[in-house]
Amino acid sequence: MMIVAAARALAGVRTVFVGVGLPNSACNLARRTVAPRLELIYESGVYGARPARLPLSIGDPTLISGATSICSMADLFGLYLQSGRVEVAFLGAAQIDRFGNLNTTVIGDWQHPKVRLPGSGGACEIAINARQVFVIMRLRRRAFVERLHFHTSPGHLGGRCERTMLGLPGGGPRLAVTDKCVFHFDDVTGEMVLESLHPGVELPEVQAQVGWELRVSPDLHGTEPPTDEDLRLLREELDPQGLYR
Amino acid sequence: MPGKLMNMHDAIATCVHDGDVVAIEGFTACICFAAAHEIIRQRLRDLTLCRMTPDLIYDQMIATGCVRKLVFSYLGNPGVGSLHCVRRAVERGIPRPVELEEYSHFGMVGRYLAGAYHLPFFPLRSYLGSDLPKVNPRIRFVKSPYGDGSIAVVPPLNPDVAIVHAQRADRQGNTQLWGLLGVQKEAAFASEHVIVVVEEIVDEQVIRSDPNRTVIPGLVVEALVHEPYGAHPSYVQGYYDRDNDFYLRWDEVSRDEMAAQDWLDEWVYGVEDRAEYVEKTGVETWDRLAPGEMLAEPVDYGRYT
Repeated sequence: MMIVAAARALAGVRTVFVGVGLPNSACNLARRTVAPRLELIYESGVYGARPARLPLSIGDPTLISGATSICSMADLFGLYLQSGRVEVAFLGAAQIDRFGNLNTTVIGDWQHPKVRLPGSGGACEIAINARQVFVIMRLRRRAFVERLHFHTSPGHLGGRCERTMLGLPGGGPRLAVTDKCVFHFDDVTGEMVLESLHPGVELPEVQAQVGWELRVSPDLHGTEPPTDEDLRLLREELDPQGLYR
Repeated sequence: MPGKLMNMHDAIATCVHDGDVVAIEGFTACICFAAAHEIIRQRLRDLTLCRMTPDLIYDQMIATGCVRKLVFSYLGNPGVGSLHCVRRAVERGIPRPVELEEYSHFGMVGRYLAGAYHLPFFPLRSYLGSDLPKVNPRIRFVKSPYGDGSIAVVPPLNPDVAIVHAQRADRQGNTQLWGLLGVQKEAAFASEHVIVVVEEIVDEQVIRSDPNRTVIPGLVVEALVHEPYGAHPSYVQGYYDRDNDFYLRWDEVSRDEMAAQDWLDEWVYGVEDRAEYVEKTGVETWDRLAPGEMLAEPVDYGRYT
């Protein structure tokens, strides 16, 4: 459901910055359904990937064979990302707050970490430069927190106006897609708002997994379930072994 | 002129010394594990290791205690999870504490670029609104002299040694690389000494037939090593696939300090060189990792006489 909801949100999009795992499946599904002109960009230096198998990392050799272009990482970050040519980027995190700021660095203190996480990778500059960010992560109370332990990648900071004041070029988080529901980020305040519930999910279930008082859209609705074709593509072609379901 | 071609033992002994700043680059692809294992065997000490994604290669090196400091931007086992040896060192100081100097990917790329271009810093649109500059004072902000506000800058990175793995080179060290290019070119031009390790040594004429594919000229290469399968368990485009099973297995092995040591005893200290590792790994693995063929169309450079 996460993959299908994320894929739908890519309708009409031309360029997407892909991470491995769920975003990869979502982007490949979108290309086969709602966004036929979608070009997949990977931070490893790949533009226009046509993976023949499910890639197990963002540097998988299947992303290179048959791609439109391969470039150095300097070119990828400079010419594709920083120049504003990435329309949508997918990011995940260990922690997210109500303004879509992300922590992928550390649980606890940076100097004396309780859990040392991988760190930014490209996420910090992706969050700053992509025209929109779609966050994709599972809804868990330990992840949807009031205060991040570390701000790795900026979302709407303390509110959308702070992002504008700092002069960040990209638009910041627009959606957060989870395994239970979809949130959008308010156009004015930048705060996360519950937009739709996946089939079978009730509102209190979502509320219980969010560490702050959740705003709910007056237009709260059910997330449209996957079509038979979505399921067929995912199960038979994109992820036949069911690694990312 | 003395030849550049040497075996891995001599290349490491010539170019790498205790306390050096070493960059073994290669983003997912072409990660020279053969060189890392030789550095471990020669029991070098107090190294500062630079790499965007420390990956299993630095996890293994850190487990041996030869590392003092890590300069990096993504500390994970890609597609799998944590680097357990790095975490033991960072969280609990086992086998020794390791100092961290942390950037983002573009920040590391910028550092190599500044180093290679001989610039005092590299400006990039990153770090605004992030806590990274708070834990790394070397990430700074400067005012644009053209009045466009402030911009993040990172300092040049000029390693003592860069080690690059590639598909092929001629005997002068003119090196051709395809597939993912990572930051290998920038790292090589930024470094004092460069070791190139290749799957194949080819005639100069092969290199000259396709000069666009030459990423690193012999001009900057000090030592050249011929080491087939030298990047396993990472991959070399067109030569062998990534050994994803190994990446999963290392996740298991490295969770336990003793199990990691046993692995190093058997596969690093217990073999003399890469050739022995390749033989010990066995032909079934190499068959499993062999890709099918997918040739590029030839291009015509034209003959201008």
